[in-house]
Amino acid sequence: MRAVKILSVTLITLVLIGGIAIPLSPVPQSWFEFPVIPGLEDKARNILFHVPIAWTTVLAFLVSLWYGIRYLRTKDLAYDLRSVSSAGLGLMFCILATITGSLWAKFNWGSFWNWDPRETSIFVLLLIYGAYFALRSALGSDEVRARLSAVYAIIAGLTVPFFVFVLPRMVSGLHPGAKGDVEGSGPVVQFKMAPNMRVLFFAGLIGYSLLFVWLLNLRVRTAQLEERADGQSE
Amino acid sequence: MNDLILSVHGLARSFNRRLVFKDLDFSVAAPGSLAITGKNGAGKSTLVKILAGIASPTKGRVTYTADGKAVDADALRERMGFVAPYLNLYEEFTAWENLAILGRIRTGTVPSAEQIGDTLRRVDLWQRRDDLVAGFSSGMKQRLKYAMAILDAPAILFLDEPTANLDADGIAIVETVVRDQQRHGILILATNDESEASWCRERIHLAGRGTDARP
Amino acid sequence: MNALTQTAALVAKDVRSELRTRYALNALLMFVITSVATILFALREDPASPEVLGGMFWVVVFFSAMSGLSRIFVSEEEKGTALTLQLIARPTVVYFGKLLFNCGLTLILTTAITVLYVLIFPQFTVQSVPIFAATVVLGSLGFASAATIIAAIIAKANTRGTLYPVLSFPILIPLLMTVMKSTARALAGEPLVSALGELQVLVSYVLIMTGGSFLLFDYVWKD
Repeated sequence: MRAVKILSVTLITLVLIGGIAIPLSPVPQSWFEFPVIPGLEDKARNILFHVPIAWTTVLAFLVSLWYGIRYLRTKDLAYDLRSVSSAGLGLMFCILATITGSLWAKFNWGSFWNWDPRETSIFVLLLIYGAYFALRSALGSDEVRARLSAVYAIIAGLTVPFFVFVLPRMVSGLHPGAKGDVEGSGPVVQFKMAPNMRVLFFAGLIGYSLLFVWLLNLRVRTAQLEERADGQSE
Repeated sequence: MNDLILSVHGLARSFNRRLVFKDLDFSVAAPGSLAITGKNGAGKSTLVKILAGIASPTKGRVTYTADGKAVDADALRERMGFVAPYLNLYEEFTAWENLAILGRIRTGTVPSAEQIGDTLRRVDLWQRRDDLVAGFSSGMKQRLKYAMAILDAPAILFLDEPTANLDADGIAIVETVVRDQQRHGILILATNDESEASWCRERIHLAGRGTDARP
Repeated sequence: MNALTQTAALVAKDVRSELRTRYALNALLMFVITSVATILFALREDPASPEVLGGMFWVVVFFSAMSGLSRIFVSEEEKGTALTLQLIARPTVVYFGKLLFNCGLTLILTTAITVLYVLIFPQFTVQSVPIFAATVVLGSLGFASAATIIAAIIAKANTRGTLYPVLSFPILIPLLMTVMKSTARALAGEPLVSALGELQVLVSYVLIMTGGSFLLFDYVWKD
């Protein structure tokens, strides 16, 4: 965990400083300059924050789903604790991804919300997280809550292929890689990024993922301590 | 389904992280009977539900064998009877319809009129066979549950609080059912009442609060 | 084979119970009438375009379905008969029995809404009947498949009424987007081939939801 902490803080600091401080230049001369992307200009820096956060949102959902399945197989409430902690972090990252994306959309595409396929997907993910926690608060015993919320997360997970593969082809979108984008095709976006920017971008992806691992570990340990304290006070 | 044997290995169940019971090991062979006793909240009903396969244990397993071979849950379900206060029948149907419809769902074949008629007479509900269950008293409902339980000559019969809501005539009916069941099959009975527990040959006491149960 | 007759017996039981108590059907049909009437009030002055009406069609389906499809499990839980059912029927039989019942109920629902729509809105002209029929049938099955497993989940919760649409909506979004798109094609009179993509999505939605629910139903149903 110590290595995770140090690496996460280092990488995110690197991305923060690099992403904000490196100047743009129409014809980059050295590694210390980003190229200007016409139409994006300084707004391109957001890719170093928005995309890693959105990625972490999806990661958190998958981790929550994974631990939900583990719970159903083992009936061990420790897995449910990991599942719900991951979902809580996912909700937080989901809100952050929506805000960073919405701001970017306002200044690049003209309005805060456009119902582009990826915007629709993140909206649905928000709804799923909301529904997941609403369900949990309506269930009586710990075991039933763990079991039914895991089942719900899996059912919700069944709709993911639709948002990844089908929706981008049905509706024209604004994100790179959407239908109507000449260069991108399919769900995997081909980034045409300057090498130095790409390094920062991947540093961001790894940094935020590790931040998630760290936060998840913290939440699980706090919850375990609370449980133990509850057990002793009785 | 001859020589039915129920065996329980290392059974434990928790509720809201608290163990209701743990490390249960016992077996019952047909013909035979087992009384499960214990205070309120000791987990009698939970144990009966787990044995009947309508609740899952947290740890351990319940197995059934007949003629030395394992019996799967689906085969057992057709030969299982269960009576409990928390188990309800369909109030929008008549007594006769309940047996006919539920019997068909249970086995896939409609029980014969003779079979239904005989069973209703055994629990003394023949006169009220075409009345909606909604109009039944709680004692009559309990009798109808017995009719449903014994309709297909169960290989194993579970009774949770067997005489709840019953009058003297009703209790006499239960005693007959209990005696018949012990002669050819397995009877599992959960109760607080000493005289009811004494109907059974073996006994297991649940001490509650996660402590060991002594057979 | 036995499982098939048992499933048929369970559906027969639910139909009989429904005819006697009208637990779900009355609520569903009243909801259809109220929501179509609300649309009528809203559109009194200017007639809406077929596209808007096509979208509203599925809004009515969604809210009516949310008022009635959960009854199938909630009523068993409220009457205290869920355990009885668990005792006499294997989970597969219960799941497919309830799913079939809900499919029937949803088909009745969408048919009723279609009839009302054709009678009330002259602008609602279905140019391509095959696309519309396929969309309504597959859409109904999709609704029923998602609504049935969610109904089984919320039957165990204590705030059932409000929870049902909250849990169902995110799951139904892919279905809603697809049926709205293909309904628009039907209203615009496009040839059947142009809607094949959407119809394929609908078929896979039904299969994925039913398959997933079938595998998970044990965990929901058994305490």
